Amino acid sequence: MRIDVNGQTHELDAPPEMPLLWALRDLLSLTGTKFGCGAALCGACTVHVDGQPVRACVTPLSALADKKVTTIEAIGATALGRKVQDAWVAEDVPQCGYCQSGQIMSAVALLAATPKPTDEDINTALNGNLCRCGTYNRIRKAIHRAAGGPA
Amino acid sequence: MSAVTTRRDFLIAAGAATGGLVLGITLPVRGGAAPSSTDVNAYVRIGSDGKVTFVVPKSEMGQGTYTGLAQILADELDLDWGAISVESAPVNPVYNSSFAPMQFTGGSSSIPGSFELLRKTGATARQLLVSAAAAELGVPEAELSTAHGVVTHRASGRHVGYGALAARAATLPVPANVTPKAPADWKLIGRPLPRVDTQGKTDGSAGFGIDVRLPGLHYAVIARAPSFGGKVASFDAAAAKAVPGVVAVKEVPSGVAVIATNTWAAIRGRAALKVEWQGAAAAGLSSKTIAADYAERAKQPGVVVHERGNVEGAGAGHRLEGDFATPFLAHAPMEPLNAAVAFSDAGLDVYVGTQFQTVDRNAAAELAGLPPEKVRIHTRFLGGGFGRRANPFSDFVREAVAVGRGFGKPVLTVWTREDDVKGGYYRPQAHNRLTATLGADGRPLAWTHTQVIQSIIRNTPFEAMMRDPKTGIDVIQHEGASELPYKVANLRVAVHDSTLPVPVLWWRSVGHTNTAFAVESFIDECAHAAHQDPVAYRIALLEGQPRHLAALKLAADKAGWGTPLPKGRARGVAVHASFGSVVAEVAEVSLVGGRPRVHRVVAAIDCGLAVNPGQVAYQVESAVCYGLSATLYGEITLADGRVEQSNFNDYPPVRMAEMPAVEVHIVPSTAAPTGVGEPGTPPIAPAVANALYALTKVRARRLPLAHTTFA
Repeated sequence: MRIDVNGQTHELDAPPEMPLLWALRDLLSLTGTKFGCGAALCGACTVHVDGQPVRACVTPLSALADKKVTTIEAIGATALGRKVQDAWVAEDVPQCGYCQSGQIMSAVALLAATPKPTDEDINTALNGNLCRCGTYNRIRKAIHRAAGGPA
Repeated sequence: MSAVTTRRDFLIAAGAATGGLVLGITLPVRGGAAPSSTDVNAYVRIGSDGKVTFVVPKSEMGQGTYTGLAQILADELDLDWGAISVESAPVNPVYNSSFAPMQFTGGSSSIPGSFELLRKTGATARQLLVSAAAAELGVPEAELSTAHGVVTHRASGRHVGYGALAARAATLPVPANVTPKAPADWKLIGRPLPRVDTQGKTDGSAGFGIDVRLPGLHYAVIARAPSFGGKVASFDAAAAKAVPGVVAVKEVPSGVAVIATNTWAAIRGRAALKVEWQGAAAAGLSSKTIAADYAERAKQPGVVVHERGNVEGAGAGHRLEGDFATPFLAHAPMEPLNAAVAFSDAGLDVYVGTQFQTVDRNAAAELAGLPPEKVRIHTRFLGGGFGRRANPFSDFVREAVAVGRGFGKPVLTVWTREDDVKGGYYRPQAHNRLTATLGADGRPLAWTHTQVIQSIIRNTPFEAMMRDPKTGIDVIQHEGASELPYKVANLRVAVHDSTLPVPVLWWRSVGHTNTAFAVESFIDECAHAAHQDPVAYRIALLEGQPRHLAALKLAADKAGWGTPLPKGRARGVAVHASFGSVVAEVAEVSLVGGRPRVHRVVAAIDCGLAVNPGQVAYQVESAVCYGLSATLYGEITLADGRVEQSNFNDYPPVRMAEMPAVEVHIVPSTAAPTGVGEPGTPPIAPAVANALYALTKVRARRLPLAHTTFA
């Protein structure tokens, strides 16, 4: 299988049905994308495919032909990604931190589509991203901060 | 090198390999031989390059302990925030907790148990650097000041950085009884400083246990018995081995392991495995039967664990009874359980996010047939712990060692979410039955609390520490019930010790989650029966409990208790002490489509001195969220011996849209720090249930609230 991840093309010795999550983590050692549920229930594995947020744990490699995958490791190379990460630092968002890669990837995708999101927009876009530490309120603040203030 | 006796240990200074200063602790040496530099187990290392490293014996699982502990040390060392880096400590008795003879993180004990030690360590290191500077500059120590990692001669302005002084400092005698700073001189302690671990947790680089990547690393999952206690009778590995990437299939004590070149192949291999199981102790067990049995037993007297006055002779009055049932709960940290092992000629390296370093090291050594000093635990970031990564049986570490032993290459054993939800070590199911007799003034003349619950520490070394030999009941079964803060002259607390074959474990705030729901719901019931305001009623009964009163009044005041709310909304309150702290919470609720919705929670905590008020607030908010998930939805049920839940679809945590606004207020205090990570959890369930009662006059008798019809 051939996939494009963070601007690099990789030839992988992997079956086409292998979820992208495991190719990233175990074959490419890109461990910033997290395993949380394996069933698109928690959002910890959120990455971008052609800029759209997808759950890597249920996205087979076969669905990625001619598509570009971006992970948390490279999102800071974009202006918006950097801005979101900076907002996360400024709001001191993470606690255990395990879900935050996925939260940030969902937030970046939201802001790319909706530069000035409302609370409701944020709740809708990030409701698939679980956090057991309860950082939700700071995540919302950080997204507003990255957007340049509340809508 | 030199050493000096402190009350507890030897504080010791030594030269670092890099020519700097290492300040640590060594245990008293048998025979009185002077410790050598290799015995030094650093708390702080100051390199000749000026780099200051804090070696932290505590696990960072989100609670912010790396930050709070570093803050204490950095303040005493007069370092700028950001000038100290943090690394996790190896296993060594010098890192043992001051609460138990082991290295662990739990019981909300990290800051309370390390505060004075770290102040003293930091102050001693600073004094050594000052002494070194005095020698270097040829001036009296009294003329020197420290700030920003530099020692300065006030009169001349001449200054030397810590790095340049470190090697000389390491040769000086360690001063005894250095006095830490007066609180008025603190620059970092007490401030809401940003966390030390945020950068790596926003760019994907933070190393959790599951992220370990070693040369030749393989990945394993384990097929475990469908019912607790089941063993492998036989298995057929042919189909599993045919899955591309599967390298080995082997029986381990907890089941059958499939080892592969990647996790996906291991999961697919396991799905193809055919295993016959036998002898499950939990076969046939059902939650409904357990609940009915517990409710029945709670009507019987039980083993009395706490008694004052004479309940029977308390006199007649208005009698109330309340039954409160709580389910098994999985911890479900976001990072599924995992551990990586690498065997070599040098012994065994275990890479794991654990709260229980000493216990896990000893378990791994025993299973591997190695002396403990040949086993090295590398503590990684924990993607949540909540107690699940503090297992006296070291279940996930033992499994990983069993899987990796003899394989020849490093192996990372991973639990899937289904493994985690079904895998046991739950917060125990419980039944609490309370009775009260109210006098003419509405106050309780008598109060009884009878609980049915399993013991978490059965068959563990903790029995010696936590079990009352007179009653055979352990203290954490009834914590939060026996310490009833309300003024009741006649009180009896009793426990029925349940011995179900379901593995149970401490879950954020341990026994308090069960007892606080019962006690704080029932006192609310008493207040309503007495036609009194729930806050005023509690205040009247909390005479002589200044910390409860302060937290309760602060939360009530900030929540606007008693002020009008929009139609369809109501408030409820609860206050509970645990882990040395007191937390009061006021929840504001409504019904949305007939289901409870929590809009706002105002909390007040008395945790003594708040080393980092920002992190204290985040922990209380976190505890509210974690407890709210359990309040609204959380339950693990058994049917015919099998766990019915499997993943976040049927074990749903609170999501962003349901997260209430949370305000946390800290009761000002200069007392020694007390626990923070857990005490915010117990009050949320009763605060929400009490608010729903105020709204609907329906009293929740059972958690989660999904079982109660409020509309």
